[in-house]
Amino acid sequence: MTTVENDAPAQEIGRDRRRKEDRRLITGRTRWTDNQALTGLLHISIVRSPFAHAEIGSIDTGAAKQVPGVVAVYTASDLGADAVQLPCAWPITKDMKSPQRPALAGSRVNFAGEGVAVVVARSAAAAKDAAELVEVDYSELEPVLDMEEALKEGATLVHPELGTNENAQWVFDSGEAGSGGSAAEAIAAAEKADDQVVITRRFRQQRLVPVFMEPRSTVVDPTGEQLVMWSSTQVPHILKTMLALTLGLPEHKIRVIAPDVGGGFGGKIAVAPEEVVTLLVAQKLGKPVKWTETRSESLLTAHHGRDQIQDLTVAVTKDGVIKALDVKLLADMGAYLGLVGPGVPILGAFMFNAIYKIPAYRFDCTNVFTTKTLTDAYRGAGRPEATFGIERMMDEVAVELGIEPMELRKRNWIKHEEFPFTTVSTLTYDTGNYEAATDQAMSMFDYDGLRREQEERRQRGDVKQLGIGISTFTEMCGLAPSRVLGSLDYGAGGWETASIRMLPTGKAEVVVGVSPHGQGHETAFSQIIADKLGIPFDDVEILHGDTQSSYRGLDTYGSRSLAVGGIAMVKAAEKVVEKAKPIAAHMLEASEDDIEFTAGKFSVKGTDKGVGIADVALAVFAAHDYPEGIEPDIDAHATFDPENFSYPHGTHLCAVEVDTETGFVQLHKYVCVDDVGTVINPLIVEGQIHGGLAQGIAQALFEEAPYDESGTLLSGTLVDYTLPSAADLINFDTANTSTPSTTNPLGVKGVGEAGTIASTPAVVNAVLDAVRQYGVKDIDMPTTPFRVWTAINSAKGTAGRGDEADVASPGAGLGSTAKDMPEGGNL
Amino acid sequence: MIPASFDYVRPTSVAEAVQALADGGDDAKILAGGQSFIPVLRLRMGDPSLVVDLGGIAELRGVREEGDKIVVGAMTTHHDVTRDELLNQHVKLISEATKTVADFQVRHRGTLGGALAHADPAGDLAAPALALDAEFVIAGANGERTVAAADFFEDYFTTAIGPQEILTAIRFPKYTGWGARYEKFNRVAQAWSIVAVAATVKVEGGTITDARIGLTNMAGTPVRARGVESALVGQTMSEETVRAAAQSAAEGTSPTSDADAGSDYREHLAKVLTGRAVLAAAG
Repeated sequence: MTTVENDAPAQEIGRDRRRKEDRRLITGRTRWTDNQALTGLLHISIVRSPFAHAEIGSIDTGAAKQVPGVVAVYTASDLGADAVQLPCAWPITKDMKSPQRPALAGSRVNFAGEGVAVVVARSAAAAKDAAELVEVDYSELEPVLDMEEALKEGATLVHPELGTNENAQWVFDSGEAGSGGSAAEAIAAAEKADDQVVITRRFRQQRLVPVFMEPRSTVVDPTGEQLVMWSSTQVPHILKTMLALTLGLPEHKIRVIAPDVGGGFGGKIAVAPEEVVTLLVAQKLGKPVKWTETRSESLLTAHHGRDQIQDLTVAVTKDGVIKALDVKLLADMGAYLGLVGPGVPILGAFMFNAIYKIPAYRFDCTNVFTTKTLTDAYRGAGRPEATFGIERMMDEVAVELGIEPMELRKRNWIKHEEFPFTTVSTLTYDTGNYEAATDQAMSMFDYDGLRREQEERRQRGDVKQLGIGISTFTEMCGLAPSRVLGSLDYGAGGWETASIRMLPTGKAEVVVGVSPHGQGHETAFSQIIADKLGIPFDDVEILHGDTQSSYRGLDTYGSRSLAVGGIAMVKAAEKVVEKAKPIAAHMLEASEDDIEFTAGKFSVKGTDKGVGIADVALAVFAAHDYPEGIEPDIDAHATFDPENFSYPHGTHLCAVEVDTETGFVQLHKYVCVDDVGTVINPLIVEGQIHGGLAQGIAQALFEEAPYDESGTLLSGTLVDYTLPSAADLINFDTANTSTPSTTNPLGVKGVGEAGTIASTPAVVNAVLDAVRQYGVKDIDMPTTPFRVWTAINSAKGTAGRGDEADVASPGAGLGSTAKDMPEGGNL
Repeated sequence: MIPASFDYVRPTSVAEAVQALADGGDDAKILAGGQSFIPVLRLRMGDPSLVVDLGGIAELRGVREEGDKIVVGAMTTHHDVTRDELLNQHVKLISEATKTVADFQVRHRGTLGGALAHADPAGDLAAPALALDAEFVIAGANGERTVAAADFFEDYFTTAIGPQEILTAIRFPKYTGWGARYEKFNRVAQAWSIVAVAATVKVEGGTITDARIGLTNMAGTPVRARGVESALVGQTMSEETVRAAAQSAAEGTSPTSDADAGSDYREHLAKVLTGRAVLAAAG
């Protein structure tokens, strides 16, 4: 791993500090939500529908109430849970169709796993025993499972009251926006032009489950003046405000605490029905109540991610210059709208053009309701989908045109001297250097050497064939400029807040609005504060996740904690220094104009006189002697609203070995060079990249949440939902180039989602590169051994026409519409 | 997840355990290492009234040599099996297969007897036991009886162990000097086998003089690939010979179809993996 040069040993930024929070996290010495043990605590278990779509008849709670230890059994109407409207904060269009999403279903269930009743008991075991005895009379309705079928005239409706299964259609057209030409016109022209081709492909984003390590858990204590909710959430601040808005509670009477949270990956960006049910039960009984989900409940009912059908059309000159891109998406919302669910595919609208200069672009997304678990943010949220679509397409174009795939990308990408660059989708990329990252990656990978080895294996007819996959990417993260979010009809801003409390002994408590759940914020943030205030790393405490101490924040998602929250901290530290300056001047009997601050010390210019910031902190605590007219306080608070997103980028190269006898795909080599701007802690950056790669590779090779024809989730346990472990991955060769962001004072860019966004297409491109020689055109994700073997066999069996084999996505390999191009796939 | 409530006893001898089972009636279940049974309880797929934990019975643990047999106590953990010198030397196939079971944590808790008694068709130890002609020692109210491997596995999750009996030991003939390989095919390291092949062969002077091959997950019970065995014996060892012999690996099997594999794919895998297993075992 290479990082930015740093020759100042005292500087914390850039140091590979071990994470200070890990001792308590990995030894179990912390207190997770489920560890909260309050006096008189009651436990709930939720009775869930086994059917995807059904009318609820009678509910018999008699037997459940007889179970020893059971305090109460409530149906939805007993709690008013059926009348609740759980919030969706992102109405993407004015006429978006939005069903009421209750906390418990009253008259109809719309996905398997939806809650219909709740048992309250003195122990979790008694609650579970009794939940099994609740008899619910269901009348089954037709499930709605296929997005294309769901949009057809006469389709069964998930929510008949909406009159359609379409949630919304969201369109961006660069011709209409004035940021480029009309894609439709450019494609029509290309179809007539002799020197251009039009290529159309359909790709499928399978449904995934975030699978955070700590299952969700909520404890509500209604006995104090403020109602206190502990929850394993990424978004304590949003949760607090949304509970107030949703339930009509006075906001100042709610305190939300996200204690240490064991992972989220977007899966805990939610106002979950279970959180509301726990609260309603606690209020009704006046006692503290806990809900903790099982892993099976988590897989079934916590929101899922991805699930799109992507139809891409590209117009490209025969020498590989892209003239237009048209993207048509179908995005499965599941049964209801999650907190930001409808906006997730829309985030992709800005990213399909990726790092390329595409003169004409159209994006047209239709969100669809089905009777499945709802989808919402999952690591990358919209951007992995877009990156997959365009990077798979770049390889398809390269194959069709017979151009080396990296060369094709070079012909289209934004050159480093062209930054800042305003894209066809209207974003302005501040900095980047795709050439530098790519050159380094190609060299580390030994691209040419692996291409030679690939050719040799082909010549020999080896059982194990090599495939090489490329993915270049950028992403918009650091969500987000509040005005931009406003223009996208998002329900909140994108600023972030930090406060610094200077203690009498010179230590600092830093209260942040972002809410870590495994990222290492406490370490990285302490490094920043240590540098900015010139105090030791160990003298900084990062406080987070409790709305009582951190009353203002917008939480952690979209790689925003450093790029937005970190900057708020820098601004607060600058304010501390500014507030301390007159006091230091007073202590030094000097003019404030002569005071300079470096490395924690205020000194008089040109002298050796100085006082440390700790001295100032003590002086304002005592407050015995300070200048007239100012307050004896150097604490500070700052809110930062970014002017732009942050645009990390990178080049990922993957080599796989495909066992042509079994279809098994073995990772052979993985190299990535990511540009995440200034690196605060290279160890944490590498960890984020590694974890991201594991999740992105998992989408390519391992994970899928399929439903059967009755709407039952088939991956209901971790036996069936195939999570990889370290044993299934290889050593990753990671490195960083650094073009600091110019839109924030630290020069940082987001890193949390980068690995996930870039890796999936690199792996799938590699798999296809290995087997395209047999006539295979596409393989659905995950590219399981069964699918790979079937694709090879079918392609061979149909004389090189893999597209005729019904093994890949519907419409896989629709092929080129070019009149004079050779039949694709065998170039 | 939280299991339904049950009674629990932890006897310290086989006799006590047999008695506890008899007293517990039809709803009594045996807990060995718990690596399958505890998930069954937690997912409430099983609802026993009594759990008889064999963990306190010292005599059920350990590996010993008895004449021309190696005897493994039913409660010997997978980890202990993989580390046992007698097994490594004389019954290498069971050591090799055990190394592929799940992960480190599971191998420290799970037991050979528990895995065999559970008889999951995708479990990794039944096919080696079948191929090795193991004998199963079963204790019950009327004393001890021995069942041959060929008669032990009856169907999916069903063995010759009676409802009030306990598997106490597995006896293996010695295969000293035989090569062995368990060729496991799964999607991720910790997953169950989609198909696996247990092969142990004796090669003398370049000729295959004996071969034993068992298939995992090619039917409700493990299957012996006798066609391959007979095609191999007496042949000069070569890749060509082995690959040709392996072509009959799927004979007599009835593999299932699921999301991970269709039955035709499983049949194909059985052939490919048999070839690879035999070549590795002979090499």
